[in-house]
Amino acid sequence: MRVAVLKGGRSLERAVSLQSGARVEEAVTALGHDVVAIDADERLVSRLKEEDPDVAFIALHGPGGEDGTVQSLLELLGIPYTGPGIGASVLCMDKVQAKHRMRAVGIPTPDWVAFGATAFRELGAADAFEEIEAGFGLPLVVKPAGQGSALGVRFAGDAGAVPAAIVGALSYDDRVLIERYVAGRELAVSILAGEPLPIVEAIPEQADLFNYEARYEIGRTRYVCPAVLDDAEADAVTAVALRTWEALGCAGFARVDVMLGGEGVGPQVLEVNSVPGLTDTSLLPIAAEAAGISFESFVERALELALGE
Amino acid sequence: MDPARPEDESGRSPGGRPHRRSHTTSADVARYAGLFAQRTSVMRSSAMRDLMEITSRPEVISLAGGLPDTSTFPPDSFAAQMTRIAQESSAKALQYGPTEGFAETREVIEEVMRAEDMRPDPGDIVVTTGGQQALDLICKTLLDPGDVVVAEGPTYPGAVPVFCSYEADTRQVEMDDDGMRIDLLEELLADLDREGRRPKFIYSVPTFQNPGGVTLAMERRRRLVEIAREREILIVEDNPYGLLRYAGETLPTLYSLDGGDYVLYVGTLSKILSPGIRIGWVCAPPPVRAKLVLGKAATDLCTSTLSQYFVREYFEEGGWLDYVDELRDVYRSRRGAMLRALASYFPRQASWSQPEGGLFVWATLPDYIDTTDLLAKALRENVAFVPGAAAFADGRGSGSMRLNFSAQTEEEIVEGIRRIGAVVGEQVGLYETMTGSFEVVRPEDEDNPSASSASRPGADGDPPTGEVLPFQRRPLRD
Repeated sequence: MRVAVLKGGRSLERAVSLQSGARVEEAVTALGHDVVAIDADERLVSRLKEEDPDVAFIALHGPGGEDGTVQSLLELLGIPYTGPGIGASVLCMDKVQAKHRMRAVGIPTPDWVAFGATAFRELGAADAFEEIEAGFGLPLVVKPAGQGSALGVRFAGDAGAVPAAIVGALSYDDRVLIERYVAGRELAVSILAGEPLPIVEAIPEQADLFNYEARYEIGRTRYVCPAVLDDAEADAVTAVALRTWEALGCAGFARVDVMLGGEGVGPQVLEVNSVPGLTDTSLLPIAAEAAGISFESFVERALELALGE
Repeated sequence: MDPARPEDESGRSPGGRPHRRSHTTSADVARYAGLFAQRTSVMRSSAMRDLMEITSRPEVISLAGGLPDTSTFPPDSFAAQMTRIAQESSAKALQYGPTEGFAETREVIEEVMRAEDMRPDPGDIVVTTGGQQALDLICKTLLDPGDVVVAEGPTYPGAVPVFCSYEADTRQVEMDDDGMRIDLLEELLADLDREGRRPKFIYSVPTFQNPGGVTLAMERRRRLVEIAREREILIVEDNPYGLLRYAGETLPTLYSLDGGDYVLYVGTLSKILSPGIRIGWVCAPPPVRAKLVLGKAATDLCTSTLSQYFVREYFEEGGWLDYVDELRDVYRSRRGAMLRALASYFPRQASWSQPEGGLFVWATLPDYIDTTDLLAKALRENVAFVPGAAAFADGRGSGSMRLNFSAQTEEEIVEGIRRIGAVVGEQVGLYETMTGSFEVVRPEDEDNPSASSASRPGADGDPPTGEVLPFQRRPLRD
């Protein structure tokens, strides 16, 4: 079988994607398939036509590869691909739309408000900061609406820090999401073919908040898998993750990020990554391994699912 | 597997790629992580490094690098020198050489140092694999974990990982237009005294500082050298750009003021000949030099013999100062293009250095702009710079950026600055809209009304976002 591994691309997560892609390539080769690695640039479509693969493994993170665009192109070319389809990709990439969908079906997600960059200029949105602070309390979490990683995510500890955090977030996207901060444990539920894998807990080594730097680096964050949770907690977390997978129409594999708040708060879904990181330190491979699924088996299963097997 | 493309007997997979065994299960990762030395925990990769990955794409105008323009070096002359080496010295040029470098290379280095009025003893010189290795060897020789190193703030971004990997406690001293603030240095040294600590050395790029673009003033040079003598602290003077002066008067190096007792001098041919040949040096008092040579033997035995032969041939031709003149002319014009573009396209809230030489301008924006975030936005416009945080070991610098003017054509520089100016203007406008903190127009803008319309970002039709005043929350100061 001829497998195209799509990686790199133009997104800000290019470096991570190249690592994910390289690892997938190794696995595909080890599985005995013919691997064609394609760096997703302006020649992507012509390369795909030329190589005519049987299936594509999408190892692209961020806008372009994770937002339904590459999925649409692959469907046009009639090439089956791994991970969620176009609709689910669009929803997962757009944190605001995803939250609306979750809220509509009763999945707990932290309160939020979202603005386009123009709202501040044209509608005086900044005059509502008092109400946001009064409603959500401090700190506030400020993030770009459509960036998959933790890039541009800021915590505003006081009202004065909010504008700079918004300026930062709007460097990555045209819309900003301001969210109520949920104190709690940072959990990730990876799902393969609708089946939850063991929950991973990310525990930053330093007291500072989970940040982009820590996410991809050995030694900066400690991962515990399976997370130490009592049965009721684990069930509740897994249940919201599965409902989210369902509500957003995911397929193949994905990772649901959940904050487990304290008493009366419970699990709150932050976002879904439709092409989660597959690097050495990424959470999905750790979870798969904890379930006894080697990285190669994971890749094999993802390819089978793409081919409808 | 495709039967038409079988794996061959060498164990290579189809397409000729070596078949690499995967060592990347989380158990492997944990096992390797357990083997890493403590110091690797401070050798960081970062969001910034990930962003920098994109700056190398061909469509990006990169003002991020520090690359000299090697396209100015005549290929014919390069070919002739290399041919001569092959014909006359093949066996020797392909052989190992002495750890401290060939005597001939050290004579060349002496000649280069003489061009800046230094009179070193060639016996004090160690040829290194670029100036970078000199820094590494100095740290290897002098630093125990936790030792204090004093550097300028901002400092050379390439020095930060060196200090980190030797677990130095790096203290950075603020600069102004005249370089390192010696008054603050003395305060820091007094504070350290009280803690019972003494820095092992003070690291400085006194001339056309990377990334600050400023030059240490004469009085401060004298005082710095005095401090070193009084307190018996070493100074590491890193001087890659001294010969690349485009304006102003030449100042003596710290090395020549001190005579080489307390100053370890680091030089390089990277900026006046080629960074690819990796020839740098350190000039140090004999006891220090002896340790540096031992350290270098452990690292790489010797610097490329072939490169040293090339250097010998090139300098024998005698035209090296003419080539430096040529480079100066090219870079002088590019610097002018960048400074003019900054004045035209950067918003009034920004400030920047006016370098008299070297390769860099350091621009500082209002503190609510984080230049790592800004880089992400700039990359969407296909332009790149180095975020200021890279030049600090302590998290400062997030409001600044380093801009290089040696590696791109004047047209590219102007276009690059225009694009960066536009995204900065957008962020300034957004912030001011949110906070109502509009600044008064600077007097020079009033004196020069054309500057406010014709040369502002977006003057070609789009409203200049930095100047939209939709509402005000508090009155302007007068």
